[in-house]
Amino acid sequence: MAERVIEHIKDFPERDYEAPEVHYLNWAGTVKSWLFTVDHKRIAILYLISISVFFLVGGLFAAIFRLELLTPEGDVLQADTYNKFFTLHGVVMIFFFLIPSVPATLGNFLIPLMIGARDVAFPRLNLLSWYIYIIGGTLAVILTFTGGVDTGWTFYSPLSTSYANTNVFLAVSAAFITGFSSILTGLNFLVTIHKMRAPGLTWFRLPLFIWAHYATSVIQILGTPVVAITLFLIGVERIWGVGIFDPGLGGDPILFQHLFWFYSHPAVYIMILPGMGVISEVMSCFSRNRVFGYEMIAFSSMGIAIIGFIVWGHHMFISGQSMYAGMVFSFLTMLVAVPSAIKIFNWTGTMYKGNVVWETPMIYAIGFMGLFAIGGGTGLYLGNMGLDVPLHDTYFVVSHFHYVMVGGMVMAYLCGLHFWWPKMTGKMYPRVAANISAIVIFVGFNFTFFPQFMLGWLGMPRRYHSYHPDFQVLNIFSTAGATVLGIGFMIPVFYFIWSIFKGKPAGSNPWGARGLEWEKCTSPPDPHNFKEIPIVTEEAYAYTGEETISV
Amino acid sequence: MSEASHPTDGPVVAHHFETWEQHEESCTMGMWLFLAQEVMFFGGMFCCYAVYRYLYPEAWFEGSSALDWKVGAFNTSFLLLSSFTMAMGVYYNQTGRINKLFGVMGMLWATLFLGIIFVAVKLQFEWLPKYQEGVVPGTLWGPHGHHYGQLADFDGPGGQGALQLFFWLYFVMTGMHALHMLIGFGIIFWLMIKCLKGNFNEHSYLHILFFGLYWHFVDIVWIFLYPMFYLVNPPH
Repeated sequence: MAERVIEHIKDFPERDYEAPEVHYLNWAGTVKSWLFTVDHKRIAILYLISISVFFLVGGLFAAIFRLELLTPEGDVLQADTYNKFFTLHGVVMIFFFLIPSVPATLGNFLIPLMIGARDVAFPRLNLLSWYIYIIGGTLAVILTFTGGVDTGWTFYSPLSTSYANTNVFLAVSAAFITGFSSILTGLNFLVTIHKMRAPGLTWFRLPLFIWAHYATSVIQILGTPVVAITLFLIGVERIWGVGIFDPGLGGDPILFQHLFWFYSHPAVYIMILPGMGVISEVMSCFSRNRVFGYEMIAFSSMGIAIIGFIVWGHHMFISGQSMYAGMVFSFLTMLVAVPSAIKIFNWTGTMYKGNVVWETPMIYAIGFMGLFAIGGGTGLYLGNMGLDVPLHDTYFVVSHFHYVMVGGMVMAYLCGLHFWWPKMTGKMYPRVAANISAIVIFVGFNFTFFPQFMLGWLGMPRRYHSYHPDFQVLNIFSTAGATVLGIGFMIPVFYFIWSIFKGKPAGSNPWGARGLEWEKCTSPPDPHNFKEIPIVTEEAYAYTGEETISV
Repeated sequence: MSEASHPTDGPVVAHHFETWEQHEESCTMGMWLFLAQEVMFFGGMFCCYAVYRYLYPEAWFEGSSALDWKVGAFNTSFLLLSSFTMAMGVYYNQTGRINKLFGVMGMLWATLFLGIIFVAVKLQFEWLPKYQEGVVPGTLWGPHGHHYGQLADFDGPGGQGALQLFFWLYFVMTGMHALHMLIGFGIIFWLMIKCLKGNFNEHSYLHILFFGLYWHFVDIVWIFLYPMFYLVNPPH
C-alpha cells in the first residue's frame, strides 16, 4: 500500500488531543469557518438552525388557518388565501422540514460518530447539499412573498399546469432544487455506511439508527429523482402552456399522479424511518436493555423501504386508476404495515423486564409509540380500498398523516434532539422544563388532531375554508389544541438556547448510554471525532442494566 | 500529520479516510450511486414515453417517420466515437500519459470536439428545421413545409394532440440529454485545467475515471433514445 499522504483542508485544526477543551464548536468562531465548513457536525448544526426556521414558518401558516377554522364562515381568510396557506404549510413542512429533519441534522451529526469515522464519505458534497437546500428554501421564501401557490403540495395536473394563476413554477422549482439536497445526503450516507465503518463494526453490530438511515437513503436516491423529473415536466408544461400531462392533447393527468406518488409515498418513509431509528436508540438506552429482536428491526427498516415503493396507488383509489390495480395496491398496503408493527412490538418488548428510566427522551419515545400506533393503524383504514372511498379527502386523512408525521416524526425528532443535545453542545437542558414540554406537546397534539378523526368520520372535507356549522364544536377543540401544541413547541426553543449559555456541563456520557458516540467521544466531540479510530468488539446495545445517569 | 499535500509517488488520501483503498472504493461507490439516481431521473420520462406510445401507436409511427434516421445515425456514431476517446483518456491516465496528443489531454479535446459536433448537428439539422416548420407542440403547432408538412394531415387515433405528445417527449428527452452533454462540456474544461496544473498521474485518476463513467452514461441514454424516436418506423 502506498504511503498515506493526507490532503490538507484549509483552516482545519491539527489534531491536538492534549487540549480536550478544543472541540468542534469552538476551534474557530468566524462566520467563514461555519459557512465553509466541511465538518459533518457543523453542517448538522447549520441544518438544525435552518430547518427550525422553516418549522416556525410552516407552523405560522398552520396557526393562521386553524384560526380561520374556528368559525364555520370564511371570515379571517378568503377562499383563495386559505388555499395558499394550506399549500404553503404543506410545501414548507414536507420539503423543508420533515424530509431533512432527522437525517440532515441528527443523521449528519451522528452517523460518522456511531460508525467510528472521521467524517461522512464526501464532506464537501455534504456542504453542497446544505447550500442546495438553502437555495431551494430561499425560492420558497420568495414564493411566499410573491403571491404564494394554491394547488396543494401535490401540484396535481391539470390544476397546476393549466388553471392555477399562482406561482406554480417557482414552487416546483423550489421543490425540484431541494430534492437534490436530499439525494446528495442519501448518497453520502450510503457510501459512508458501506465504506467507513470502524474495524470490527460488522453490519449486525451497527446501531439501528444506522440501519434506519440506510433504508432512508435508498429511498432518497431511488425515489427523489423521479419526483424531480416529474416536477420538471410540470414546470416545462407551465412555461409553454401545454405539455405531457395536458388532457387537451390526449395526455393523462393520472400519469402525473402515478409519477408523483411513486416518490411521494416512499417519501413518507423518508419522513418516518429515521425517526424509528431514533426511537430504537432511546428505547434501548432508557430501558437499560438490549433492543428486543435487533435483526427483525433492522430487516423491517429495509422491508419498509422496499415494500414502500410498491404501494403508491393507495393515494389514487378514486382518481380513475383501474379497480384491479387498486385491489393490488390495497393488499400491498396491508403488507407494509407488518414491518412497522414489528418495530412497535419489539420496542415494547425492549421495555419489558428492562429498568425503565423516566428521562425526557424516554417520555418522547413512549409518546411516539402511542401516536405512531394510532397514525399507522388508521393508515390501514385508509389503505382499505372500500373504506377509503368515503374517507378520501376528509379530515380523517389529514388527521391520519399528522399522527404519523407530527405525532411520529416530530416527536421522534424532538426525542433525538433531547437525547443527543448533551453530546452536540456539551450542556444539559433543565429536565423538569423538558418533561413538561414533552407532556404539553403530547396533550396538545391529541387535542388538535383527535377531533379531526371525528370530523373526517362525520364527513367534513379537507381543503375548504368554511364548513357546515354542525362541525364547529370539534373544530374549536382542534384549534384550542393547536394553541397548546404551539406553546409546547416553543418551550424547548427557550430552554435549549438557555442551556447553551447556562446549562450544566454534561460530560461525555450523561445517560450511561452505549455506543461509540457516547463511549469514545468527548462532549462536544473533537473536530476529528476520535483520538484513534475505535475497534469494535461487541454487539450494539450491550446494556447490563446497571448504567447510571451521571448529570 | 502532514502540513499540506505535495507531489509524491503515492496517491493523496482525503483527511477523513484511513487508507487509499477506502478513499477509492468510497468515491467509486458514490459515483455509481449518482448514476443510479440519474437512471431514475431519466426513468420518469421513459415511463411517460412507454405509456403514450402504448396509447397512441399510430401517432408514434407517424411522428417517427418525420424524423431523419440518417442524421440520428450520424450523431449516434459520433457519440459512440466520443465514448471511445473518453475510454482511451481513462486508459492514458492510468498509464501516466497526460499532457500529450495521445494522452489524457488529447482525448479530452477529442471527446469535446465530437460532443460539440453532436450538439451542433442536433441544433442545426434537427431542432431548427422543426422550429421553422412549426413542429413545436403548443400554440405554435402547425407543421408545414418540405420536411414536416405531411404531419398536418395525420388524423389517426389521438389526432394532432397525440402527435404533439410525441414531439413533446422528443424535445424534452433529447433536450435533457443535450443538457447533460453541455454539463459534460463544462466538466471537460475543468478537467483540462486540472490536467495542465499537473493534478493527474497514474496514481491520481479518479476524476477522469468518473467523468468517463458519466460520459458513457450520457451515451447510453442516447443509445436508447435513438431507436425509441427515430426507428419506430424502420428505415427502408
